Amino acid sequence: MEFRGFVAVKDVTLSVNEGTIHALIGPNGAGKTTVFNLLTKFLTPTRGQIVFRGNDITRLKPAEVARLGLVRSFQISAVFPHLTVLDNVRVALQRPKGLATQFWLPSRSLSVLDDRAMELIDAVNLSAYAHLTASELSYGRKRALEIATTLALDPAMLLLDEPMAGMGHEDIGRIADLIRRVAKNRTVLMVEHNLNVVADLCDRVTVLARGEILSDGSYATVSADPRVREAYMGTEHE
Amino acid sequence: MAVGTQYLAEQPKLRTTSLVIGGIALAALLAAPFFLYPIFLMSILCFALFACAFNLLIGYVGLLSFGHAAFFGGAAYFTAHAVKVWGWEPLAGILLGVAGAAGLGLVIGFLAIRRQGIYFSMITLALSQMFAFICLQVPFTHGEDGIQGVPRGHLLGVVDLNEPLAMYYVTLAIFLFGVFAIWRIVNSPFGNILKAIRENERRAISLGYRVDRYKLGAFVMSAALAGLAGGTKAIVFQFATLTDVQWQMSGEVILMTLLGGIGTMIGPIVGGGLVIALQNYLAAYDFPVTVLIGIIFVICVLLFRRGIVGEILELMKRKAKGAA
Repeated sequence: MEFRGFVAVKDVTLSVNEGTIHALIGPNGAGKTTVFNLLTKFLTPTRGQIVFRGNDITRLKPAEVARLGLVRSFQISAVFPHLTVLDNVRVALQRPKGLATQFWLPSRSLSVLDDRAMELIDAVNLSAYAHLTASELSYGRKRALEIATTLALDPAMLLLDEPMAGMGHEDIGRIADLIRRVAKNRTVLMVEHNLNVVADLCDRVTVLARGEILSDGSYATVSADPRVREAYMGTEHE
Repeated sequence: MAVGTQYLAEQPKLRTTSLVIGGIALAALLAAPFFLYPIFLMSILCFALFACAFNLLIGYVGLLSFGHAAFFGGAAYFTAHAVKVWGWEPLAGILLGVAGAAGLGLVIGFLAIRRQGIYFSMITLALSQMFAFICLQVPFTHGEDGIQGVPRGHLLGVVDLNEPLAMYYVTLAIFLFGVFAIWRIVNSPFGNILKAIRENERRAISLGYRVDRYKLGAFVMSAALAGLAGGTKAIVFQFATLTDVQWQMSGEVILMTLLGGIGTMIGPIVGGGLVIALQNYLAAYDFPVTVLIGIIFVICVLLFRRGIVGEILELMKRKAKGAA
């Protein structure tokens, strides 16, 4: 998979290998979320090309990209606040299971999705909260719910925009485990500020600063790069 | 009629209560023509169904259409023409009205759905005004006169609709069918996606939903049901006029829905009933109806922002929470 040439971010040639966990890091305003928006087509690149599993997806619409199996989460927790936890996950399951356009069937017909939905909810340890509305959940649990919802699509590639942001210490360990587990048979590209998590989880790291790639490689290579240290800490003195 | 909010569906006690209320309401509707003037009741049923159809869009998709008169009035013209000029059976005429309104909804919706918020509303207004202008100009609508003297005929060639009671029960059946259709749409797999889109459109997109198609689908259904109300009205009143396609009618249906309670199942019915009743009873007095309705509207917006039914439901909800 490779992605070339962006505008708000420029000359970013990012290739993510299938089956790896790839981190995109960098100081605030480096363009990480912009890259995400470009990849998932919430923004349209003015120049360049985006290729996903051999298909050019540069001109597709966001919903179509999602249908191909490239599914994102959002930086600001994206749940359906007035639906229950169970309903949140069921909404994601409805389309792949072909139960989204039937306006003549009762809502009860969605109960065939319950088992799968509960499995997913269980995987993120939210079983006890399945019948609460999403707005009643704590921040960390909302993020967990979002991941469960994203996984419901069984995507080939997951884009996680700061999955750990605003989480307590315990939650971080749990979500990191979860990401490791789900990454076994898919590709993950994640934006993350918590460098411990990145070091622990990711096979490869790309550092972005001011819209350009600063460094790219394993965590050890990248963290040894003086330019990266400079971007994070300011000018380093000899 | 069950009150179709998800909350109530999950509360067995409230569900029983709403079933009881629904039963009483149904009995009242069945008995009503023996106590009240049937034409007045049928007028309420038609407008209440129109408001329910409008509410499907604003209450469950969050789209404020300012052009629903085109579907209501347009269907009235189609039905009236088919029945009077082509001699169609009344139900077939009404179905043609529904199909015509759905077609109009597809065109107007297709153009409007690409824009959000106030722009969406303005496009629906502009397109419905164009349609009203067409209705004024084309010969088959007979301009300012409208299509008059539409025969009620015999339903399926059997039931004589010139009989007021027969006409009333047919209208009631159509009304109940329409309200049930809306309830079913809202509480269906499709309705679930509509709710999700209203809650968080970007998230719905990122889950692979082509949200414009879902919105357009809901728009066409809402237009078709508004057409069902309009076509039925043409048979009941035996005429179709420009009044029903003009923007004032679009405004009136917004008022009815707001007054009764947006996003509630029975709110638009109550709102429609209230507005029609006021217009009907105050017509005999010198006091200008529009001023009074305006005052009620202002009071409603200031004091009960959820509308009459919306406030009652909220009260019940709080009580249920307190008891639990």
